Amino acid sequence: MEKDVAVIGVGQSNFVRGYEGSIRELAFEAFREAMKDAGITQKEVDASIFCSAPEYDKQRSPAGVLAEYLGLIPQPTCYVESVCSSSSTGVKMGYSMIKAGLHDIVVVLGFQKMSEITSAESQERMGRGADIQWEAPFGTMMPAYYALYAQAYMEKHGLTHDDMMSVRLKSSTYGATNDRAVYRKSLTPADFDPNNPNTKLPNPVAWPLRQGDCCANADGSSCIILANAKKAKTFSKKPVWILGIGAASEAVNMASRPDFAKGLSVGYAAAAQAYKMAGITTKDLKVAEVHDCFTIAEIMAYEGLGFAPMGEGKQLIREKATYKNGKIPVNVDGGLLSKGHPIGATGGSQIRTIVLQLRGEAGPMQVAGEPDIGLVHNVGGVGLYGNVTIFGR
Amino acid sequence: MGFEKFGRKSFTAVTKTAKFVDFLAEGKVEGTVCKDCGAKFFPPRADCAKCFSKDMTWFEMPKKGKLETFTTAYYAPFGFEADPPYTMGVVDFGDGLKLFARIAKAIKPEDLKAGMDVTIKPLKYEDDQLSFEISKA
Repeated sequence: MEKDVAVIGVGQSNFVRGYEGSIRELAFEAFREAMKDAGITQKEVDASIFCSAPEYDKQRSPAGVLAEYLGLIPQPTCYVESVCSSSSTGVKMGYSMIKAGLHDIVVVLGFQKMSEITSAESQERMGRGADIQWEAPFGTMMPAYYALYAQAYMEKHGLTHDDMMSVRLKSSTYGATNDRAVYRKSLTPADFDPNNPNTKLPNPVAWPLRQGDCCANADGSSCIILANAKKAKTFSKKPVWILGIGAASEAVNMASRPDFAKGLSVGYAAAAQAYKMAGITTKDLKVAEVHDCFTIAEIMAYEGLGFAPMGEGKQLIREKATYKNGKIPVNVDGGLLSKGHPIGATGGSQIRTIVLQLRGEAGPMQVAGEPDIGLVHNVGGVGLYGNVTIFGR
Repeated sequence: MGFEKFGRKSFTAVTKTAKFVDFLAEGKVEGTVCKDCGAKFFPPRADCAKCFSKDMTWFEMPKKGKLETFTTAYYAPFGFEADPPYTMGVVDFGDGLKLFARIAKAIKPEDLKAGMDVTIKPLKYEDDQLSFEISKA
C-alpha cells in the first residue's frame, strides 16, 4: 500500500435543522476547524473543491463564492457533484490532483443548506430525485426507492422490522455521544411501538420503511484537507493516509437494475476496488462508516463491504457485532440516521469520523485498541453512485 | 412535443421517444429495439447503447411478467399530493426486460407477493394524462 496522499486536517459544523446563517458562513465553520487542525494558512492551499447537491442551492456556481469567502482565491477552484456522495467524490478528485503532481495541498469542502429552499420547493425537488423522464411521472421519492430494496431483501433473506429497528437503536446509542449530531436522544424499542401514542417512528413512510428507518434532512458542512507526502510530514504529526479508493455507478432506472434482493451493486464494486488498491481485506479493518440513509442501507452495506455474506447482514446487528466493542464497529458517530444528512457534507463528515478514530481523538466515540485502518462507504442516490475509501495510519 | 402527456405528471416535454405516448393512446406499452443489432430496451431509448445505431423501432412489451418488488408510498412529492397511499413495483419479464410502474388500486398491498404473475395495462387519468400500470395477470 502506498502512502502518497494524506488527510492533514478535518472539520465539521454542527449538523442542524435550519442553520442560522448563509451557505458561505456554514462552509466557514468546517473550514475554520479543518485549517486549525492542519495548522496551515490559506497561503499553503493550492486548490479547493466544493461539493453539494445543486438542487438545494440558490447560489449558482457556489465554488467561486465560497472560495472567496474562505480566502482561497486566486487558487483554482471547482465544483463536484454526485448527490449524497459528493464530498467523497471530491476527496477522490483531490487525491487524483495531488497524485498527478498538479497540487501539494487541496481543500475539499462539502456543504448543504437544505433549509435554503422552502419546504414546498423541497417537495418539488424530491419528486425529481431520480429519472425525471421515465420514473418521476409515477410520483417517486427516495424512501420509496429504498423500500423497493427493503421489500425484496426482507422477503428473500428473512430480515425483519425488528432488525431494521436495531440498526436505528444502535445509531441512536452513538448519536447521543456525538456533539455534532441533530438527534442526540437514545431510543428504545418503545419508540417503535405502533401502540405508543408518543412516537411517530413506527409510522409508514414508504412501506416496509417506517419514519424511524429514514434519516432526516439537515444543514451542515464538512472539510477535508489533503496533502502530498512531503507536505503531510511537514505539517502533520498524525497524517492519516488514503490507502484505497473505489468508485462505481449503476443504472438510475429501477427497470434496469439487477436483482433487488442482492442489494446495491455499487457497494460491492467500489469495495472490491478499494480493498485491492489498499492491499487489505475486511479482516484488517478496525472501524467503518457506512451510508445508512435508511436502516436497510446499513444492512446492505455490511454485505457489499464483505462484513457478512449476502443475506446474512442481519446477523451482525442481531449479535451486536457492529457495536463499538464488536467485531467491526460501524457508524459509532451515529451515522446519517442520527447525525442528519446534509447531502453534500455527509461524505466529509464520515471521513472526519474515521480520521479522528485513527488518530485516537474521537472522544466518547473512540473505538478501543488504537484502530489503524478504517473505511468510509458513501452512496449517492439509490445506489446510483458509490464510493469506498480506505484510510490508514 | 407530446411527452408532457406521459404519467400522472410529466417533467419532460421533448424527447425522441415521444411516440411512446401515442402507443399508450392506442392501448399499447412499447419499448424500442435496435434495427441493426436487435438489442431491446425498456424504458425506450432513441439510441442503441450496444452498437451506437440510431436506427431504432418499436416493439410491444410482453404481457406476462413476475412482480419482483413493490412499495406503498404514504407521502408524495409536489403535484402528487392527492394520490397517497399508492403502490409501485418492478416487473421482470425475463430476457433482461423489466418495467417500473404503479400497481393498480384494485390489488390490495397485502395481497402482493414477490414472484406473483402480473400484467401491464395502459391507463388514462381523468385529466387525460396517459400512463400504464401493473395489474392482475
